Amino acid sequence: MSTLPSPVSNHSALRWAISDVLTMARRNLLALFRVPVAIVFMIIQPIMFVILFRYVFGGAIPIVGTSYVNYLIPGILVQTTMFGSVGTAIGLAEDLQKGLIERFRALPMARLAVLAGRTVSDLFRNVLILAIITGVGFLVGFRPTGGVVAYLQACLLMLIFAYCLSWGFAYVGLAAPNAEAAQAITFPLIFPLAFASAIFVLVSTMPGWLRPFANNQPVSQTADAVRGLMLGQPHGQSTWIALAWAIGAVCVLAPLAVNKYRKVA
Amino acid sequence: MPEFAVVAHDIVRLFAKGEVRALDGVSLEVPAGQVFGLLGPNGSGKTTMVRILSTILSPTSGSATVAGFDIVKQPNQVRRHIGLAGQNSTVDENLTGFENIRMVGLLNHLNKDFVEAKANQLLDDFNLSDAAHRTIKTYSGGMRRRLDLAAALVASPPILFLDEPTTGLDPQSRQDLWGIIERLVEGGTTVLLTTQYLDEADRLAKQLVVLDHGKIIAQGTSAELKKQMGATVLALNFTSSDDAVRAQTLLASLSATPANLDGTVLEMTVDNGPAVTADALRRIDAAGITLGGLALREPSLDDVFINLTGHKAEDVDAPAPTGRPGRRPRKANA
Repeated sequence: MSTLPSPVSNHSALRWAISDVLTMARRNLLALFRVPVAIVFMIIQPIMFVILFRYVFGGAIPIVGTSYVNYLIPGILVQTTMFGSVGTAIGLAEDLQKGLIERFRALPMARLAVLAGRTVSDLFRNVLILAIITGVGFLVGFRPTGGVVAYLQACLLMLIFAYCLSWGFAYVGLAAPNAEAAQAITFPLIFPLAFASAIFVLVSTMPGWLRPFANNQPVSQTADAVRGLMLGQPHGQSTWIALAWAIGAVCVLAPLAVNKYRKVA
Repeated sequence: MPEFAVVAHDIVRLFAKGEVRALDGVSLEVPAGQVFGLLGPNGSGKTTMVRILSTILSPTSGSATVAGFDIVKQPNQVRRHIGLAGQNSTVDENLTGFENIRMVGLLNHLNKDFVEAKANQLLDDFNLSDAAHRTIKTYSGGMRRRLDLAAALVASPPILFLDEPTTGLDPQSRQDLWGIIERLVEGGTTVLLTTQYLDEADRLAKQLVVLDHGKIIAQGTSAELKKQMGATVLALNFTSSDDAVRAQTLLASLSATPANLDGTVLEMTVDNGPAVTADALRRIDAAGITLGGLALREPSLDDVFINLTGHKAEDVDAPAPTGRPGRRPRKANA
């Protein structure tokens, strides 16, 4: 023992909380990169959507004002970051199932670091996916004209949106009996948001009864804002509406998840 | 460190909206610097007790202090003084051995350089150096338990909770773990150990309590309990179950506790093995009953239970009160 350096660092509680969140996030990312199947699935799925809509369905989808590929890629990016946040549910359900959350509860760490660490690592994962799918978009002919700053603003908006959503999926992960169930529960939650939206097609081509939902739901607002920023087109108040949705969602979902975390185990 | 590392007073824990009483008024005092054994079959409440004392679960009523700190009011101080390891080896399978210890060390708020040096030292001590940078997926059961224990020790906790540390391990791995636990206690650590094995409790624990259905049904030193249980089990095998029933009546006066009859086998706990055996044989012979076989053996946990409760340990069939039934199948031992 005498050869070891000093054991304890004196930091404030806040600094320890941040350190705990980063320790947890690092652990999640290490685990992520050790499971190649998960990474392949995470990247392959959006690429398949790009190919499917760019080359199979795209020719049949009417778009005004730009090419379909320019309409599609911002939408795919929104969809991909949203699907990425589903990982929060699966990761937490796995940790709970394996008894890891119990182990963490017996440690003098910040209580919320398990949840915050998970959402932060999923945020990093979404940054990676955004970079890859942007590259794929360029390969299939995507030509954003809104400039680099607007492009980065759009990415930031998507990341905020997905991060806020991942608190909702944290609740799902803690409530589900196992990881498979967590994944199954998320599907009917995100499916209508992803497809009854402005991600793939113009809402004006949808039947009248669906349009009010499709126009105003948060995914469409985010897609409109991201598309407008990336293509340098006017997009009204959609950026602010999307941000309001995201912040409103996290205000409701984060306390739900935290409350659930206190109750489990 | 106070005289008692753990003091629990009248701990009650209900599950399933009060329908399951996992713990029903458990009080205990664990002296500092020794191994204290919590003995009991599956479902007796051992794991629930450890989860409460390690602040994972809150008690429904009752109070406890660990290292002098209240488990409900000062959970963070408690957590700084304990290590937890056990049958549900809670290491992260996707991380390496080194990364697991490092993670637990950092979450204990230890300095990074210290943690890394300590991780290497622990891996070395526990004979895991060669596997230090392999993911846990590649580890054997015994290696996982050793790593789990190593991670629990990274902050050098004065009190260690070991929940069935050797359940499911091969004999050599059990011996290795027992050696490690004995060395820790020599170094001054207090260990609260749960086990369903009498030999493990006998070998390691100075003081023991026996739990059944969430209640303490016996306590004392291993020697005291053994005396209470009877030193030897006499097992008689007859050629028919009728003979066994007749013999049960004939021999009833030889044992302080009722004999256990299972088909053609009659088992009784006795204090003076050889003398009682001779007496039993005389009575059986005089009654003209044919004996198929005879054995004298050390009492097992089953015998302890038959002696103390009148039922077999396996008969205890309380649901595993994890709070979420079916959620964690490996948590069956409550």
